[in-house]
Amino acid sequence: MLADAARGFLDGAAPLTHLRGLRDAGLTHDPALWKNMAAMGWAGILVPETTGGSDMGHAAAGVLAREMGRTLVSCPFLGTAVIAVTALRQVGDARAGSALAQIAAGERLYALALDESAKFNPQAVETRAEKHGNGFRLSGRKRFVVDGAMADRLLVVARTDGGLTLFDLPADRDGIARTPRAVIDSRDVADIRLDGAEATGADVLGKVDDAMAVLAPALRAGQAALAAEMSGLAAGAFAMTLGYLKERRQFSTPIGAFQALQHRAAHLWCEIEITASAILNAGRMLDADPANAAMAVSLAKARATATAQLAVQEGVQMHGGIGMTDAFDMGFFMKRARVAAEWLGDYGYHANIVAQARGF
Amino acid sequence: MPHDDPSGFRAELRDWLAANCPEEMRDGASTEDSICWGGKNWEFSSDAQKIWLDRCAARGLTVPTWPEAYGGAGLERAREKIFHEEMARIGARYPLQSFGIWMLGPALLQFGTPEQKARYLPPIARGEVRWCQGYSEPGAGSDLAGLQTRCEDRGDHWLVNGQKIWTSYADRADWIFALVRTDRDAPKHKGISFVLMDMESEGVSTRPIRLISGASPFCETFFDDVRVPKDQVVGEVNRGWDVAKYLLTHEREMISAGGQVMGAGRALGAVLADSETGQSDPVLRADAMRAEVDGLAVGLTLERYKDRAEAGQGAGDASAMLKYAGTELNKRRLELVIAAGGTDALDWADGRAPTWLRTKGNSIEGGTSEVMLGIIAKRILGLPG
Ligand SMILES: Cc1cc2nc3c(=O)[nH]c(=O)nc-3n(C[C@H](O)[C@H](O)[C@H](O)COP(=O)(O)OP(=O)(O)OC[C@H]3O[C@@H](n4cnc5c(N)ncnc54)[C@H](O)[C@@H]3O)c2cc1C
Repeated sequence: MLADAARGFLDGAAPLTHLRGLRDAGLTHDPALWKNMAAMGWAGILVPETTGGSDMGHAAAGVLAREMGRTLVSCPFLGTAVIAVTALRQVGDARAGSALAQIAAGERLYALALDESAKFNPQAVETRAEKHGNGFRLSGRKRFVVDGAMADRLLVVARTDGGLTLFDLPADRDGIARTPRAVIDSRDVADIRLDGAEATGADVLGKVDDAMAVLAPALRAGQAALAAEMSGLAAGAFAMTLGYLKERRQFSTPIGAFQALQHRAAHLWCEIEITASAILNAGRMLDADPANAAMAVSLAKARATATAQLAVQEGVQMHGGIGMTDAFDMGFFMKRARVAAEWLGDYGYHANIVAQARGF
Repeated sequence: MPHDDPSGFRAELRDWLAANCPEEMRDGASTEDSICWGGKNWEFSSDAQKIWLDRCAARGLTVPTWPEAYGGAGLERAREKIFHEEMARIGARYPLQSFGIWMLGPALLQFGTPEQKARYLPPIARGEVRWCQGYSEPGAGSDLAGLQTRCEDRGDHWLVNGQKIWTSYADRADWIFALVRTDRDAPKHKGISFVLMDMESEGVSTRPIRLISGASPFCETFFDDVRVPKDQVVGEVNRGWDVAKYLLTHEREMISAGGQVMGAGRALGAVLADSETGQSDPVLRADAMRAEVDGLAVGLTLERYKDRAEAGQGAGDASAMLKYAGTELNKRRLELVIAAGGTDALDWADGRAPTWLRTKGNSIEGGTSEVMLGIIAKRILGLPG
């Protein structure tokens, strides 16, 4: 139901040509599209009803993410509607409540400023928040901040005396400099420099020295939704490939009659189906038993990463020369798959978490 | 994750298991020698094995999803899950496993006459009659519909002549369900019938074939002027292919899940932890981690397809996916198990080596991986040719 409605909307409002149009215009984001999504309740899908959301849960958010993956929709859904909302929900004070209401209305965009190295590693934070009067001064560099250029607010993770602390700051605060990056998937990514940016105690999300209490659930939610997006991406790439196998003729026959390609296509379909199970399971676990969902989420992200990469590689190969052209859309799938593979932890990162849970 | 239990079914079952499952049957064993296959000539490995079978049979728990009228417990999916969870919780062995349960039963429930169901199903449920499967022939393997075993209408009986091969446990089975050709002129799929034969019938003989894994569980099976009563054809005459295909979807699901049944379901992390090399070899570790990730996802997929199926129905064409993925994975897992064991795992007596060798057949029996991929390509993906 939700999936059908989402697909119906996205086929009209954000098909593959939408991303291409943005890319050709040098844009990363379409504010009007996000307004429409917010009007349909997508921005507030995880926001409590009391603050203007529909509170439909992570399985439902995964359904939306998956559909967005099919047509490679570029929008702030993951960073704002999933990661930031889940973080804010852990806090539950009045300020968080009003932030949630603004997110649900599509009026506030967030970006998570966490990574400082080229590989996801949420503990490896060197950005410092030094005590300064009643508040803090933040200095350091954040890399690969997704939606970092467009965001109104930043969730900044910084080291304090006794651990890591999460700050919720306006992106235009003095001492914050944002440099947009030109990334292969044509999305909004920025590097951020903090140079003595001031924060008050009220800017702390959750407790000082205890960022992970707020951040860990948010990361899990983001990883699960990203995995769902990747499973949609794999399905979208596969649908194109399957169509081409039936239509392209060589040696007087559709190329899909060649058993070498049939078996590879069938194998890929199996991988997509198996990954779909891991995605559904992660959404279910996040809704039913979030404290114990870590393995399910990592299983989903690991599987989705491997499957999306297989889907795009087979996608290009089975299209032959046309698969390598910019005019053809398969390249967009390949580029997004690579970025999504890295963001929020790659295959190895998540396979390690699964392995630990399984006695390795 | 525990499932809802509004009616107290779980609690009641738990009490029953506690009171009735003998201690010896709670060792979680699922190796070949721990299995109870049942049948007229079955020699129970212990009193406990017999007691456990009889108690379960009396409650319909050898075939929990079958209707009560035919020896089952009529459990729908939610309760079936609870049943498996509670069995696993105490490490209970399954009381009975058989081709009758996995293959013939579902086919009879779908295609059998009321008389056939009443006659054949309860003895399967009680473990009294053991069945084997006569599909493959020397000239008909992957191209199963090319089978040539003849079955002629002789008025008051059928007369069967021909040969089957790779018939698992034919030398220990009481009855065989077999595919035979009843019309030699029809297109190959349209002249096949599904017949049931007593292995004690005159003219049936078997010759064991030894497997690479040492044991000899399969046979050549010969039919030499075997007379078969008229009421032993399941489904319509010459429409046996429909029955055969339906049965195969259940067989494939069973083989897919077999990885778990055969004890390979143990977390690979635990396997490596127990081994000398497993901890220190980063390549082995990485391979095992990948296999573990894939294994968990395949397991979830099996469950998802069971949840989706109508009561008693299988996954249909998607059983090809389950079989392909499950068996290829099982082979990978056992390669890792044996690699982790190093030279310790290479003795026949060790158990790992025979299991490892046996898994090589998983991707052949019940239709090869290549055949599964072909089914997916054509029936699910609609590719031409
Ligand atoms: C352990 C074990 C137990 C068994 N138990 C039983 C049993 O109880 N009852 C029973 O009836 N049978 C049983 N079998 C037989 C099994 O079903 C057959 O072995 C199987 O269907 C393959 O047939 P085949 O051996 O003739 O191989 P072939 O069909 O000759 O295949 C040889 C190779 O060619 C490939 N191939 C064939 N056709 C194609 C194609 N169109 N495209 C691509 N590749 C192709 C196959 O995948 C395989 O790799 C058992 C087999 C094993 C290994």
